[in-house]
Amino acid sequence: MAKIIKLDDKGVEFLEKINELSGETITLCDQCGTCSGGCPFITEMDVNPSQIMRQVMLGQKDIMNTKTMWICASCFTCTVRCPRDLDVSKVSEALRQVKLREAIDFIDIEQISKDEARKLPSIAIVGAFRKFTG
Amino acid sequence: MKIPYFPGCTLKTTATNFEIPAIEVAKKLGIEMVELDRWNCCGVVSYLVSDDLMKHMAPVRNFIRVQEMNAAGIVENENRMVTLCSMCYNTLSLSNKRMQKNPDDLQKINDFMHREEIKYDGNVEVVHLLSIIRDLGWEAVTKQVKKPLKDLKVAPYYGCMLLRPKDVGIDDAEDPKILEELVSTLGAEAIDWDSGSRCCGSYHTVNNKDIVVNLSKGIIEDARKNGADVIITSCPLCAFNLDNRQQDIKEKDQEFETMPIVYFSQLMGVAFDIKKEKLGWESNHISPDILF
Repeated sequence: MAKIIKLDDKGVEFLEKINELSGETITLCDQCGTCSGGCPFITEMDVNPSQIMRQVMLGQKDIMNTKTMWICASCFTCTVRCPRDLDVSKVSEALRQVKLREAIDFIDIEQISKDEARKLPSIAIVGAFRKFTG
Repeated sequence: MKIPYFPGCTLKTTATNFEIPAIEVAKKLGIEMVELDRWNCCGVVSYLVSDDLMKHMAPVRNFIRVQEMNAAGIVENENRMVTLCSMCYNTLSLSNKRMQKNPDDLQKINDFMHREEIKYDGNVEVVHLLSIIRDLGWEAVTKQVKKPLKDLKVAPYYGCMLLRPKDVGIDDAEDPKILEELVSTLGAEAIDWDSGSRCCGSYHTVNNKDIVVNLSKGIIEDARKNGADVIITSCPLCAFNLDNRQQDIKEKDQEFETMPIVYFSQLMGVAFDIKKEKLGWESNHISPDILF
């Protein structure tokens, strides 16, 4: 017998928002796990990328409290391998943007020592601040 | 061949050892890279969300500079813009593709930048110097090799931004060959390894150094295991993470053996027998003297 999973209004709103921001149709994900299998950051993540896809699909907004989206560095390894042609990098970006647009930054310039800041190349500083601040 | 050239911020600061030899070797190959007038930072990373048009303005402004160079006769009928830095290449290419695929987005950006004297027509092509060299043919490179790099084993490190996503990659995303071909043309041997397109941790180097230390260590140890003497790269951020972060790796693991990291342009410079002073060795963290 078919089982139907019904999302509540807030869940639908969340899924639609991530679909819109990422430009991807997240419900197309087959949960094959290729993205998680090839992710070079997997050992640093608390929730793996395919779980992120699943939870967004189910409208479970509590994934916003996991650190996976902040660990993803848009290396596009999953992007080129997804058999459904979904871009998980874009989904991570969409999730980061939801948080950053609430004016909650992920990086604080005060926490970077002057000594360290002097050593870092501009490419690193600009990159990090563009990804981690709203 | 005169071609508009976008350097980017880091090539003018910490990665002059990438730019100076690149301009020299390009010259030897008959490629004159003419720096864009009034270029601006590309933004380093691409914004991947759908409603982010403002972030694409910086790349588009640079494309307008290319059109201006053509209009002023500085270059002749040359719609290509060459880059060296992999991250600039990627960010500029992704923005350009978006503008070319979405005329409405382009129109909005052009309307917003009303102070620009001309509008971006969508016809600029962002290219990487490696692609230009490959298109010239490896024969052209062979002719310039004065000091073949005999007995040198090189790990070709692509990182992410030269290869992915597929529509901007300069070679096959899973099985690239361009750096291997370059290395063998220079008389050296390219090692066969698994970490050539594995991410080094990118901008995490700013606030989560441990990620970069772990990833870079894995990449360098894989190169070592497969017999490499040196790793080559085309990205100033990869270079920093692989080269400078070896100091941090060493602090964590005293047994760790360091390995020199050089830009592909430096490796070409050695094979072309360009004077050592023009190769910027002093900016490399781990000494690449093994190349001489």
